[in-house]
Amino acid sequence: MIQEKQTILANIEIAPNIYELTLSGNMVDTMIPGQFVHIQVPRQDLILRRPISVAKIDLDSKCYTVLIRTDGEGTTSICEAHAGSLLDVLGPLGNGFDTQFLSRNSNVLLLGGGIGVPPLLGLAHELNKQEINLQIILGFHTKSAVVYEEEFKRYGKTIVSTDDGSYGILGNVSIVYNLIYSDTQFDAIYACGPKGLNRMVNQLFADHPHAYISLEEHMGCGIGACAACICQKQDNPQENIKICQHGPVFKTGEVIV
Amino acid sequence: MNRLKVSLPGLQLKNPIMPASGCFGFGGDYAKLYDLNILGAIMVKATTLHERYGNPTPRVAETSSGMLNAIGLQNPGLDDVMNRKLPGLLKYDVPIIVNVAGSTEEEYIEVCKIISRAPNVNAIELNISCPNVKHGGIAFGTDPVIVERLTRACKEVSKVPLYVKLSPNVTDIVEIAKAVERGGADGITMINTLLGMRIDVKTRKPVLANITGGLSGPAIKPIAIRMIYQVSRAVNLPIIGMGGIKTVDDVLEFFMAGASAVAIGTMNFHDAMILPRLIDQLPTRMDELKIVSIEDLILSVKEARRHE
Repeated sequence: MIQEKQTILANIEIAPNIYELTLSGNMVDTMIPGQFVHIQVPRQDLILRRPISVAKIDLDSKCYTVLIRTDGEGTTSICEAHAGSLLDVLGPLGNGFDTQFLSRNSNVLLLGGGIGVPPLLGLAHELNKQEINLQIILGFHTKSAVVYEEEFKRYGKTIVSTDDGSYGILGNVSIVYNLIYSDTQFDAIYACGPKGLNRMVNQLFADHPHAYISLEEHMGCGIGACAACICQKQDNPQENIKICQHGPVFKTGEVIV
Repeated sequence: MNRLKVSLPGLQLKNPIMPASGCFGFGGDYAKLYDLNILGAIMVKATTLHERYGNPTPRVAETSSGMLNAIGLQNPGLDDVMNRKLPGLLKYDVPIIVNVAGSTEEEYIEVCKIISRAPNVNAIELNISCPNVKHGGIAFGTDPVIVERLTRACKEVSKVPLYVKLSPNVTDIVEIAKAVERGGADGITMINTLLGMRIDVKTRKPVLANITGGLSGPAIKPIAIRMIYQVSRAVNLPIIGMGGIKTVDDVLEFFMAGASAVAIGTMNFHDAMILPRLIDQLPTRMDELKIVSIEDLILSVKEARRHE
């Protein structure tokens, strides 16, 4: 973990209100898929950093990409920064996806929803290198919000759904899963998306030895000091666990979603 | 000569800058970023007799130049702090100030008695000003009679100097500060957060699950400066000042208001390297402002007051 000024190599609005920023920095050396970075907002009056999942990681060029949806003033301010300017970034943070147990030709399912899709892209790239078979379901609100479909298709069979049916299958990721894969056995399942998707995966695969969900929460420090971003443990709901430090990736059945 | 050193009851500080309680955990997380030995002192997170799980989420909300928090004193409890957290700080040559909180007067006294006997605790910061717990906290810090009684009782059982952390959520902070002095405290830390609230206009509901939270960050700095100015004129106790510090000029402004050391809280979240940066920048700014040493500055502020 380091804090450094990173150069924005590119900043592209790849879907309405969704920006892909390519950042260059030393922290890339230790980055793994599923981790996040804590980005300082380039505005003096907004003092909290914004936790953003890492999407693509390019170790050779020492750069990585993040996808940011401009949901509020802070994310808007970050996305207004031009290519060539600097962002103050703390990271890489969090645990990332565990893939150690997988072997060549393992069958893996990726379930992504909305702005939860980007962290799965880095994972898909990594798993593809390890020659792992990937089945991918990506859900979005509507056609214009669809991102990274072509990239995912390079790594495995990719099915896209939209809530309004304007593209792909009508419905959310849970519906597509039940339609197509409910009888298929997977060696691992990785999910990242809105609360509904994470909750579904957390319950449906509660006993699966290798099913994982990635959570999000408002954060303060991002490194485990302030105890702002906690969730409850499933076996002892009174006990808190810090999402920034012990997550954001959790095994299903570990925490309450 | 060390231009940055400051001597306070129980605390020989190599520089006057330390992290504020609640914003630094028990130090371990920031130790991954820099050597904690550079710090003037470390104020660790509030400790209660038993483990506390804190409030539901969301626990933080951003505000203009500030943030609201309602963590609710989450901490692993006295035993764990004594047996695991504090020993983890033994390797650092930095004074440790433990923040003690409770739901009852008995709890405060019990925690002070035990924790003040830990080998590396140099002082206690009595937290009678947390606005985010249902029982205790701020309730103890707003009534001068209770403040005096609780201060005296904790001072009696503590083996190390006792600092009392004041709440700004009172009509007259001087009255509370005087009660702290009458109770026999060795120093004052101020200010804790100001009670605030935010509402989400889409849901029409409070942003924080706890409804209200404590406001901190640069937004509250002028209030901290004003209160330290008032309190330092009314009592003879050293003050460790905190409240929205983010620059070296802020640091020096606190001394000019009447503080004898400062703590950085919320801005650690904005810039995880703020403590080493301010400690590093301080001598240069002192040169520019012709400040010989921090102790000299503290003395000259006191001296100037005598002639007012």
